[in-house]
Amino acid sequence: MFSYVLRRIGVSILILIAASFLMYVLVAWAKDPLDDLYANNSPNRDALIAQRIQWLHLDQNVVVRWFNWLLGAARCVIPFGGCDLGVTIQNQPVDVLLGRAVGSTLQLVTAATVLAIVLGITIGIVSALRQYSAVDYTFTFGSFFLYSLPSFLMGVLLKVFVALGFNDWLRDPVFSWATIIVVSVVAGLFWQAIIGGNRLRRLVVFAASLLVTGLIMFGMSVTGWFLNPSLGPVLSPLLIAAFAAGMVILIAGPRARFAWRTAGATAIVLIVAYFVLQPFLPLFNGLGIFLLFVAAIGVGVGAGWLLGEHDKGQAMRIGALAGLLGMGVIILDQFMQNWNAYLTNPRVRGRPIATVGSQTPNLQGDFWIQGIDTFTHLLLPTISLMLISFAAYTRYARGGMLETLNQDYIRTARAKGLPERTVVVRHAFRNSLIPITTIVAADVGALIGGAIITERIFAFSGMGALFSKGLSTGDPNPVMAYFVVVAIFAITFNFLADLAYSALDPRVRAK
Amino acid sequence: MTIPIDPASEPAGTPAAPGPTVLTKDEKGISQGRLILKRFLAHRPALVSIVLFLLIVGFAATATGIFGLPGWWKWSYETLLPIQNNGAPTLSLVPEFLGGAGISLGDHPFGQNSVGKDYFAMVMRGIVNSSYIMIIIGVIAALVGVVIGAIAGYYRGWVDATLMRITDIVIVIPVIVIGAVVGTAVGGLGPATLAVFLGFVAWTGIARLVRAEFLSLREREFVEAARVAGASDLRIIFKHILPNAMGVVIVATTLLIAAAIILETSLSFLGFGVKLPEVSLGNLISQNESAFQTRPWLFWWPAVFIVALSLLVNFVGDGLRDAFDPRQKRVVFRKVKDLPEDALVVSGTTADVPEGALVTAGGATTVAGVSSEQGEDVLDEEISPDTGRGA
Repeated sequence: MFSYVLRRIGVSILILIAASFLMYVLVAWAKDPLDDLYANNSPNRDALIAQRIQWLHLDQNVVVRWFNWLLGAARCVIPFGGCDLGVTIQNQPVDVLLGRAVGSTLQLVTAATVLAIVLGITIGIVSALRQYSAVDYTFTFGSFFLYSLPSFLMGVLLKVFVALGFNDWLRDPVFSWATIIVVSVVAGLFWQAIIGGNRLRRLVVFAASLLVTGLIMFGMSVTGWFLNPSLGPVLSPLLIAAFAAGMVILIAGPRARFAWRTAGATAIVLIVAYFVLQPFLPLFNGLGIFLLFVAAIGVGVGAGWLLGEHDKGQAMRIGALAGLLGMGVIILDQFMQNWNAYLTNPRVRGRPIATVGSQTPNLQGDFWIQGIDTFTHLLLPTISLMLISFAAYTRYARGGMLETLNQDYIRTARAKGLPERTVVVRHAFRNSLIPITTIVAADVGALIGGAIITERIFAFSGMGALFSKGLSTGDPNPVMAYFVVVAIFAITFNFLADLAYSALDPRVRAK
Repeated sequence: MTIPIDPASEPAGTPAAPGPTVLTKDEKGISQGRLILKRFLAHRPALVSIVLFLLIVGFAATATGIFGLPGWWKWSYETLLPIQNNGAPTLSLVPEFLGGAGISLGDHPFGQNSVGKDYFAMVMRGIVNSSYIMIIIGVIAALVGVVIGAIAGYYRGWVDATLMRITDIVIVIPVIVIGAVVGTAVGGLGPATLAVFLGFVAWTGIARLVRAEFLSLREREFVEAARVAGASDLRIIFKHILPNAMGVVIVATTLLIAAAIILETSLSFLGFGVKLPEVSLGNLISQNESAFQTRPWLFWWPAVFIVALSLLVNFVGDGLRDAFDPRQKRVVFRKVKDLPEDALVVSGTTADVPEGALVTAGGATTVAGVSSEQGEDVLDEEISPDTGRGA
């Protein structure tokens, strides 16, 4: 195993060096960095050209330049080695630019990745469990459609319809009756198809979700909820309890007493925390909120440990999820309370969903206002990035789940009389995740560099912008810096994917 | 737990009755090719897709003219014309008896762009360019991938190691990145050159698939038989093994073509692909992105055709995958109560089925052990890292 890892790392480094050579030569061949200066008419043109040649060492052979670049880049790996990724054509050091770009791209892709994984796997599994039903066909067609939609189209459509549409609508946030009826009927159809069961149960689910959706929309409309949203001291505890109950029903089933006790205890602690924390929440910052989440998960795990009886593992999972979601409700409520302040901020002027950049310039406000600002800026690019990977994950998750459901051990589990929920959650779900893990890991590696188009559409200055700006001016060093980061991510995550696969599935051995 | 599947989908078993063996039409062997064709033709969405795809491309090609032949459309994509009615589209599809203006193309069915060029001609030209770029990319990538994969998989050893390391070197660079670099260099030389160069960077996924297929096929008896009979390596590779790996190649190529149109339009959108004055669906969108508010048709027409072409090719690929993969039989699920009385071989089993265990929504019975999805996504997962969606 150890020699496998070493060999693999060695080969990866060689591949990386060879690929960097290929890339360097290609970029040098693609475009001359002096092109813009040749077209320049200013009197000091020759001096500028000479200066740039000196900055980029263009007087040397391309192989020599690559070798020097490689030596400089290699020093980045050695601690305190004096990292040198070269300079841009404006003589700015690339490593500084790269640091900034990596940060902002990570901010962009993290949420998109997590959401795509969670939603993609959920929908894929629902689709597999309801194979060849209307839901399955709808999701299948939907994922094909999203897969065929280039990201630049998605981006432009989101900008025009979601951002401008929502901002315009927010001037008078009232749903028309037609909207309420259509959305309610769609929601009703959706839930009855997903929950399934016999005709009566479907009808009940349909009616109930139709009514609830309609009432919620009507209520939001009447109270102008979108201008001043909040969950308030009534809805928040209810939501916390509902999430806890949902986790119990989903994972352990309604008859598991220990699960109800665990989730109940977690929910009670969180509801108390909701009221206790209210006066202090405005003082929190990012780290504090992170700690709050950790504490909430800890409470859930602890409750599971104490009340889990014969199945501590499952109880701890339920507790952790209930704690996470419950704390999410508390934090969400606090953000909502700040929404109106953000909306009326003179720099926002009632048009919250932004279409360019990563923050509102010169926005004054505490952590919560800044948080909302980041959210409104990241919302559309995140959706656009998410929907694309989401489409692919849905397909993989569906295929993986169907394959797992046809395994003999699933038949055995059913034959020994386990309830369907246990079969799906315990036996099928976990095993169907194994192939998905590898795909996801490989994808995450690619995602960091894959936001070129989305960044361009939403004027986001991350890695993609570094690359496309560098390439269009023939500037080799930013392009190479981009390449190195992307390639290292891709290689590392592929490697991790292989290791994870052999760890999760003992039949596969890394050699 | 044997719940019978649709009898038609079960393989022909032993002859029903002993006696003189007269092969009926059903029992005669059907060739592999015919089987695949039959399965493909039975796949309704794929069939409709391929027809629609050919119709769209054919319509566009005849409208703008190809190979130097003139098309039937009166304007060229380059001619500057005076702008009429603010460049609004003159296409009308609502017939007169429904209160519309009748079905007519008008002077500029898709409108005119901001400088007055006929947008119908531009979009048609874009469809032709984009579709032949994607087909060239697919064909070249398939050729290169098959040759490299076949040699690596057949000879193994150091040849395999060298070729696969080269593949790894190319794979490390995301397709959109290397495509952008190549596009910057050759994008100005016209769509065909661009397509050829892009084909030479997109072959890696197919090479890996073909290699894996060859590694397993070369151990089979028929290969050994051919070798014993004195067949040369080339003959074994191309006459014996490759036809058996053709399914994988065709499916992967189709899906690659679907990815290629997205790659090309994305590159052109970013300005690294097809360059003005030549048009592609991608650069049409990129030119008119800002005009969305004032002249939305400049955006919608190319957008609709990009999605349509890509979706149609994806559906065709899906149909081909179903047709080539013999493990995939479309299971006809029947409600238990719809089955004839004597169909249940296992009597009384249905009563033992726990609620919800096998009977899913709507009472459709899931048959354990029969998967119509098995392996469906294996191809996807092999190819997808290579599609260069570029997000």
